[in-house]
Amino acid sequence: MAKMNMIQALNSALDIAMENDPNVVSFGEDTGYFGGVFRVTAGLQDKYGLDRSFDTPINEAAIAAMAIGMAANGLRPVAEIQFSDYIFPAFDQIVNEMTRLRYRSAGQYTQPIVLRSPWGGGIRGGQTHSMSPEAFFTHIPGLRVVIPSNPYDAKGLLLASIENNDPVVFFEPKRMYNGPFDGKADGALASWANHPKGEVPEGHYTVPLDTAEVVREGNDVTVLAYGTLVHVALSAAEKSGVDAEVIDLKTLTPYDIDTITTSVKKTGRCIVSQEAPRTSGFAAELSAQIQEDCFYALEAPIYRVTGWDTPYPHAHEWSYFPGQDRFINALKSVMEAA
Amino acid sequence: MATNEPRYRVPVPNFRPGDEPDFSHLNIPAAGDAKRPSVDVEGRETTALALGMVRVLDHNHQAVGEWNPELDPDVLREGLRHMVLTRVYDERMQKLQRQGKMSFYMKSTGEEAVSVAGAMALKNSDMVFPSYRQQGILFARGRDIVDMMCHCISNSKDNLKGRQLPVHYTWAEGNFFSISGNLGTQFPQAVGWAMAARYKSTDQVTASWIGDGTTAEGDFHGALTLASTYKAPVILNVVNNQFAISTHQNMAIGEAPTFAMKGLGYGIASMRVDGNDFLAVYAAMQWAAERARNGHGPTYVEYFSYRADAHSTSDDPSGYRPKTEARAWPLGDPIERLKNHLIGLGEWDEERHEALDKELNELVVKSYKEAESFGTLHDGPLSPIPSIFEDVFEDQDWRLIRQRQDLGV
Repeated sequence: MAKMNMIQALNSALDIAMENDPNVVSFGEDTGYFGGVFRVTAGLQDKYGLDRSFDTPINEAAIAAMAIGMAANGLRPVAEIQFSDYIFPAFDQIVNEMTRLRYRSAGQYTQPIVLRSPWGGGIRGGQTHSMSPEAFFTHIPGLRVVIPSNPYDAKGLLLASIENNDPVVFFEPKRMYNGPFDGKADGALASWANHPKGEVPEGHYTVPLDTAEVVREGNDVTVLAYGTLVHVALSAAEKSGVDAEVIDLKTLTPYDIDTITTSVKKTGRCIVSQEAPRTSGFAAELSAQIQEDCFYALEAPIYRVTGWDTPYPHAHEWSYFPGQDRFINALKSVMEAA
Repeated sequence: MATNEPRYRVPVPNFRPGDEPDFSHLNIPAAGDAKRPSVDVEGRETTALALGMVRVLDHNHQAVGEWNPELDPDVLREGLRHMVLTRVYDERMQKLQRQGKMSFYMKSTGEEAVSVAGAMALKNSDMVFPSYRQQGILFARGRDIVDMMCHCISNSKDNLKGRQLPVHYTWAEGNFFSISGNLGTQFPQAVGWAMAARYKSTDQVTASWIGDGTTAEGDFHGALTLASTYKAPVILNVVNNQFAISTHQNMAIGEAPTFAMKGLGYGIASMRVDGNDFLAVYAAMQWAAERARNGHGPTYVEYFSYRADAHSTSDDPSGYRPKTEARAWPLGDPIERLKNHLIGLGEWDEERHEALDKELNELVVKSYKEAESFGTLHDGPLSPIPSIFEDVFEDQDWRLIRQRQDLGV
């Protein structure tokens, strides 16, 4: 075991994947010599050579397309999109090509691709470095969307994603690269060094895809979260005094329905959360499915804690971001509801 | 009807229905004019080829000049056979579509040389990322005609389980990628495949084709940027058949004198080729493949051709261009030209051509009967309904299992 932050854990996963499988290659904008703007690919070019860890032109569509061609030809590309806000030029290649190739070729070609991308807000990134665009991707058949919330899961989920034979969009909550975040903008910066999930095995292991985890047990209300909001929800649960059960989804599509419904049927109340704007977000999907599966166990309406239906603001970031107070209010409201 | 002068230029075709097409404004270099550089030439030294046109067959159907690939008559006859088969197949499938036997069809009439000669100049082990009008590649590579038809009529033997529109073939065994209906996406993908081929230390070459209209897509720029940056063993082909459905090529070419010129800005070896000249297409592809195979990087080729029929069964070209335009096209018909060349060589004659035509027509009719024995789109049998939930992922997740149950299959 070693102390790792999320950047080091992701780097370790890439290192192990490249060591174990010569078909794994890593590329993206500034990911080669420089090691990426967040340093996730640092040292890989030095260790594995220029043709296994390299820089690309600034063309996200071409990055995705290159990964598609390489994967169809037997490689396992791990491509970085520098910020998830920049992924949209690649959208056509992801929606119409990568995620359909197995289907439209009836299995003749497969796409073992991981698109990694720093994701989410909380870093004063303004509207083009803070987005949470996961709902655009959860709507795509044939695509896994994975979002870890800590170094241990980040490494294990990335290795599982690379070893999986279907495409994965792997969003990395950049607010938590260096430490967990409790959702209080004025709080002290935390470090993974003192967090149990910052204890990471140095060797190979995987964390299962399509599997959620109950990260806090409770009896009164289920809170569904992923990425940065897992820690915000946990902190809010502690401070609110509500006996909340917090579930870290980890994989959004396909999400772990059994873990979710088991919990909601136990607690009878549910809060679904996301950083992204509210309308048509992933929380809406969760809410719809939970009411289909758990309607007669529900004692209160399902609450959503989300960003607003605005672009992600710069100066007023903390009025946008669904922080601790919004979770505490939601916990209280859902407990007071009939 | 609007009569005002347009406030900005909106390109329109030179001729509309009712006009007498006149292509005398086209500056078409003479056969044999183009110089054939060494395959390791620097991209920037190909300007004359990008502005000019590689042509081998002259107006007397003689093969002339440095680009003459000097093919054995047996190879020429094989090429002729594949082209005639492509045309016969297209005609038959179009008729069957009109009879309601399939949902859609796209012919490649007039463009057979681009696919057939291109495929023959490559090795069968080379990878192709075609557009939807390269069925000639499949014939050149020997794909079973019944299998092709089973795909087009989406029956129980369709190797794509009825998931794709007709003519959107996939044939991994024949190194033929899955055809997308989205334009140009395959162009940068081909570069990725070519890079992986190099990564695996094979000498495989990868070729991709798009149309003139698709050069306007961002993926065109992405592909040329990637190919040039990584010096990939890839051949990027633009079939300039003059039309994108109803839109003339002048909606994509802008102020560029040729589509081939667009490759020079990327430093890629670029050339324009007479797309209706089997020998020129063969020679260009052979040159580009040798260049790629020997590590000299990509080639970008424009094939100057003419889409002699509709874009697809969903449009009627008489609504947007003169009916007489195809006949007026100054570069002629690729089958006629190769046939006349062979006749000139004393290696072919009209009787043999008629016999070939008859033989291939019978083959296509017989093949269709066999294909229909595996079902039709209308009457089945089709692939089993539960197969719509397969191949989304390697394994079905709970959502797909539930949805299959919802459908009751």
